[in-house]
Amino acid sequence: MDILKVKNLKKIYHTKKNEILAVDNFSLNLKQGEFVAIVGPSGCGKSTILSILCGLDKASEGKIEIDKNLKYGYMLQSDNLFEWRTIYKNCLLGLELENKLTKENIKYVNKLLDTYGLKEFKKSYPSNLSGGMRQRASLIRTLATKPDILFLDEPFSALDYQTRLAVSDDVYKIIKKENKSAIIVTHDLSEAISMADRVIVLTNRPSKIKNIYEIKLTNKSSPIQNRKAKEFAYYYDKIWKDIDYHV
Amino acid sequence: MYSLEHKKYLKKIKLTNFLIRFTQISIILIFVFLWQFLADNNLINTFISSSPKSIINTIINLYKDGSLFHHIWITFYEVLISFLIATVGGIVIATFLWRYKFISKVIDPYLTILNSLPKVSLGPIIIIIAGAGTKSIVIMALFISIIITIINVHQAFINTDKNKIRLLQSFKAKPYQIYFKLILPSNYNNLINVCKVNIGLIFIGVIMGEFLVSKAGVGYLIMYGSQVFNLNLVMTGIIILAIMASLMYYLIVFIEKRLNK
Repeated sequence: MDILKVKNLKKIYHTKKNEILAVDNFSLNLKQGEFVAIVGPSGCGKSTILSILCGLDKASEGKIEIDKNLKYGYMLQSDNLFEWRTIYKNCLLGLELENKLTKENIKYVNKLLDTYGLKEFKKSYPSNLSGGMRQRASLIRTLATKPDILFLDEPFSALDYQTRLAVSDDVYKIIKKENKSAIIVTHDLSEAISMADRVIVLTNRPSKIKNIYEIKLTNKSSPIQNRKAKEFAYYYDKIWKDIDYHV
Repeated sequence: MYSLEHKKYLKKIKLTNFLIRFTQISIILIFVFLWQFLADNNLINTFISSSPKSIINTIINLYKDGSLFHHIWITFYEVLISFLIATVGGIVIATFLWRYKFISKVIDPYLTILNSLPKVSLGPIIIIIAGAGTKSIVIMALFISIIITIINVHQAFINTDKNKIRLLQSFKAKPYQIYFKLILPSNYNNLINVCKVNIGLIFIGVIMGEFLVSKAGVGYLIMYGSQVFNLNLVMTGIIILAIMASLMYYLIVFIEKRLNK
């Protein structure tokens, strides 16, 4: 079952001087529980696609079919935690905005905080937490409203490499455990291959789909383990050539 | 227990802080005593420069005839009223401009013109329209402070982190939710700073207004003193103003600290 269908998406940006075709003819079908990565050269319009999908931006052409009952959650590059709110209050933000501060939902947030190691930091302010913990808190804030699809826009690129590996492992496990579908936009090829079931490679602007890879790894498990799979290098090489970086 | 080095470090900080305070107090004491010394020995013309002793005498006399606190109260009252209207009004208008970008763009040049206009030039018009009284003084102070308040607060509001706004929008937040959950709390420090700047501006406006129209207040004391060539009274007025302005400033700092707890 496809829970999200995107067909022939097109996006044109208008400025005073000219118009820029950012995305052209982009299509995507997402299955329940699937993890899709979108990679491409920087500035190619990857993030544009995500903001259109979650309704922050309007498409110029194309069709997006999403079940009305499905909810999405959006996670950005920086954690955007509010410095004047405690971690607990930050995690409740989405529920507050949607007027859904029910006992049951609050219990769910508490459970998430407990499960993902932030129990002792509920009363702390974001400035007292490490980058990884902050990113986890931001994920819990997104999960609190019980989204069915998660849109992750370069969610780890503000973190240093070590933290990044650990946090992407964490986030992946959380998403899988809560049985969510996800689309991640990233410029990090290894991140895409190690996390996703499917990788969509985009061309330079205007971005079109260049290639789609079903990632089939032996002993597929968590992202860090997946990096050790013998097919990893094969996919990496393929995608690298697709993107055709000019240094 | 701290190490010896740490104790030395703490001692050094204490000593530096003490020296700063000591020097500060010394400067004012030396200034006051030198002033009095020069006045006593007729090295300066006390008719023009007055002297600390005569200032104190003037204050005592004003206190005795009951007018000291009357004047202070009048000025304080005018400052307080203008401050409240300017700050609250400025923030409300800035909010409005933040919400409706079209209007903010339309009135932008008018705000700029009003901001660069020397407001004291409006004095005569204000007096004719509002009459020679407290009303005119408050309007004067408002003109001086509210325009810059609107500009500064609006600037702060539109500089709020765009990503945080996107985040709220991804939760389908409505404009009023964005305002109360993000814009106001994230600009808390900016608003406090606007208050601090406003106190100074409002004093300028109120004193200027009192120069023009008043029958009472510290600005009136100064004006009256200069008209009858009683420079003791002028100096006394200035000293009282300095004390009032700094007290008001520290009052805001105090409130800020209480709110931060």
